[in-house]
Amino acid sequence: MSTISREEVARLAGLARIDLTESELTRLAGELDVIVEAVATVSRVATDDVPATSHPLPLHNVFRPDVVTATLPVEEALAAAPAAEDGRFAVPQILEED
Amino acid sequence: MTTEATPLVDYDDAVRRYDPVLGIEVHVELGTASKMFDGAPTEFGAPPNTQTTPVSLGLPGSLPVVNEKAVEWAVLIGLALNCEIAESCRFARKNYFYPDLPKAYQISQYDEPIAHDGWVDVELEDGTTVRVEIERAHMEEDAGKNTHVGGAAGRIHGAEYSLVDYNRAGVPLVEIVTKPITGVGARAPEVARAYVQTLRDMFRALGVSEARMERGNVRADVNVSLRPSPDAPLGTRTETKNVNSFRSVERAVRFEISRQAGVLDSGAAVVQETRHWHEDTGITTPGRVKSDAEDYRYFPEPDLVPIVPDRAWVEGLRASLPEMPAARRRRLQAAWGYSDAEMRDVVNAGALDLVEATVAAGASPAAARKWWMGELARTANEQGASLEELPVTPAQVAELQGLVDAGRLNDKLARQVLAGVLAGEGSPQEVVAARGLEIVSDDGALLAAVDEALAAQPDVVEKIRGGNLGPVGAIIGAVMKATRGQADAARVRELVLERVKG
Repeated sequence: MSTISREEVARLAGLARIDLTESELTRLAGELDVIVEAVATVSRVATDDVPATSHPLPLHNVFRPDVVTATLPVEEALAAAPAAEDGRFAVPQILEED
Repeated sequence: MTTEATPLVDYDDAVRRYDPVLGIEVHVELGTASKMFDGAPTEFGAPPNTQTTPVSLGLPGSLPVVNEKAVEWAVLIGLALNCEIAESCRFARKNYFYPDLPKAYQISQYDEPIAHDGWVDVELEDGTTVRVEIERAHMEEDAGKNTHVGGAAGRIHGAEYSLVDYNRAGVPLVEIVTKPITGVGARAPEVARAYVQTLRDMFRALGVSEARMERGNVRADVNVSLRPSPDAPLGTRTETKNVNSFRSVERAVRFEISRQAGVLDSGAAVVQETRHWHEDTGITTPGRVKSDAEDYRYFPEPDLVPIVPDRAWVEGLRASLPEMPAARRRRLQAAWGYSDAEMRDVVNAGALDLVEATVAAGASPAAARKWWMGELARTANEQGASLEELPVTPAQVAELQGLVDAGRLNDKLARQVLAGVLAGEGSPQEVVAARGLEIVSDDGALLAAVDEALAAQPDVVEKIRGGNLGPVGAIIGAVMKATRGQADAARVRELVLERVKG
């Protein structure tokens, strides 16, 4: 039984701005389905005394002091920009108002 | 910009027939030295892209590390808002594509905010207090700044390209979200404004942000919905984004109430959407309709471990909370004996700190208020400056008043001395010495001037001898003129009467 539809994959691909072909959509729907099913199996095994885990490391409160460190020179910051102007990254026009 | 055909409903009419409900999201930029997740500085106004690191730019392989001070200040804000501080919380990724976010996600908090379920009392101008319930306060990072080039000025539509400055990307933010604010009726716009103002004052009192609205340190998103009566379920809301002055908050809420009432009156439904506030025309226009673009696919941030605020540390912070602005205003008003109107004027003029410091330096509360709200307010107004920007210190104002109290200056001379201080001529004492402005109460000098004035007006002497004291004023005036206003008027009067009778 498939739980992930091609439409759902297409929607997610749209949200993630990934351009997928029809055959890729079909293939990924199947692959994601396997993953979701595997997770569901784990969920069935987990009992109430096993809390959901987002961070497997037994660590918390890892901080840095509020201290200024070295910054990138502007030229370096802009080095990977496709285009730059006045020290800023030039990007395609934004069609939608924020 | 879409033109909307539905006519606005007169505001008073709208709030008679509909019950407005508010929800306000306030973002405050914390005034930490470095960013939320890296050591880039946060200073305002630096040349573009000079305050970045690989983390701020989202370069591959870079990893965020949480700024300890930012967490501390987020907890302080939560405590000041009477919130519960989470036993444990984590960061989450909010995924969306916009060029001001170099990573294509914002690190925020989603299901586990650091603070939740609080409240804050908001005082309206007439003294009414409204309690606003707080849903949550969470930590996140600010985005970069876009400038749109080409096309119509200031409008994004029609822009040919955009320029991005990432100096602000990664600056720590705390977002504070209210629960629905109900039961305020026609006062909704005023409550919205007072709420944002209360938070701004609180941020400053806590010392966690300069909280300058004009720099975007504090930004508000305002949700408004209408329902036919307070018993009805909540109506569909709109969210007006980035309303960035107190006055705009008030105007935007007012406009949305009139607009939504028009939509409902026409029998249509309010569309749940993001709207944009236009400062120049005082209206909101539709932005994007809530849709897939709002599906942020949040998930726990794998690069950051949870934050577990130590309970003793939290209690230590609670104990260190400074006096909140409303409590401070009440305390100072009682101590100074100001009327409500006097206090409000001082607060609204931004003179509270200055008056407090002037009183601390020895002036009476009445005198301190008189200087700051009178001569100095006028000067600031003329120069288009704030009181704080004037080149005079509270200590100097107190010193000036001290000279008046000691009888060494009268009001007129004191104003001249103040002008000298403002002109950079030094302290009041120095100006008095340099300009020779002290009151003359030395009888020898005054008698010469009195005799001269009496000799010049012999008829006046007769009148006074005849029991008509009215013309004494003319003689005093002449003496004042001769001494360039520096004569001790009371002493001059005594001398005139002595001379005439003698």
